[in-house]
Amino acid sequence: MSHALLAIDIPDLTPYLPGIIFGTLAAISILASILAATAPKIVHAAFGLMAAFFGIAGLYAMLGADFVALAQVVVYVGGILVLLVFGILLTGRTRYALGLEREPSAKWPIFAGGLFFFGILLAIHGSEFNVVTDPAEPAATTPVIGRAFLDPNQYLIPFELASVLLLAALVGAAYLARRRRST
Amino acid sequence: MTFADIHLTGLLPTATVGLTGYLVVAAAVFSAGLVTVMARRNAVAILIGIELMLNAANLNLVAFDRFGPLEVNGQLFALFILAIAAAEAAVALAIVLNVFDARDRIDVDQIDALKG
Repeated sequence: MSHALLAIDIPDLTPYLPGIIFGTLAAISILASILAATAPKIVHAAFGLMAAFFGIAGLYAMLGADFVALAQVVVYVGGILVLLVFGILLTGRTRYALGLEREPSAKWPIFAGGLFFFGILLAIHGSEFNVVTDPAEPAATTPVIGRAFLDPNQYLIPFELASVLLLAALVGAAYLARRRRST
Repeated sequence: MTFADIHLTGLLPTATVGLTGYLVVAAAVFSAGLVTVMARRNAVAILIGIELMLNAANLNLVAFDRFGPLEVNGQLFALFILAIAAAEAAVALAIVLNVFDARDRIDVDQIDALKG
């Protein structure tokens, strides 16, 4: 597919599209999580976290995990991130946020994190994974996931336990977070 | 001279992205979360780091689900982690708000009432 427009041959990018999309999503995820790790203002860190959530949701979609990608956006961006921002805004008056004291140097944590990253890279490089190099085209996963969750021979009991855990955690959180009257 | 002559496409990432690419992204996101947990003093910022690390683990699960013989089990595990992360964030923020009410600060190096 080469256009003769302006006598420039535009190369056919179609076979490279997955690589380009993956590269973009990977860059968004990594840069946003670095922003979340290093932004001086914690609200900026929360925005970095949001971008990282979206980038990772895109990677899930590329991996053919459509339901997990949507759940990621709904639960993480719509739920957990909103909770975190509430937490940030309700507890804003800290020493560091008020500029009363400088945040301690992040030099050693960054060094340790970089070391850890290269350790994982070495481990990935040195591992033999039992993988399919050219997996089949992804199909819709939602029906499969739904059946697996409600099949007594598969994940019915863990699924119900997770529901009870969520209910207990949210009731407990509501109980803990209510404001005490004069003590 | 045309674009094709410069071999522009040779500079682009390869067409098929394998498991390793996803594992490297997950490793980078996990390391960023680790740095966040270690470097920050604000309890909510530490929660942000924990969420990053959980996301990286989830990315690994889904990637192995795609390229390995897991069928759909990797995605199911990722969904369980999602539910537990939601529960954890809710409880942790309730605790943070409570501590802030009681002590007026949430920098974890200042919350040392139980220190022996």
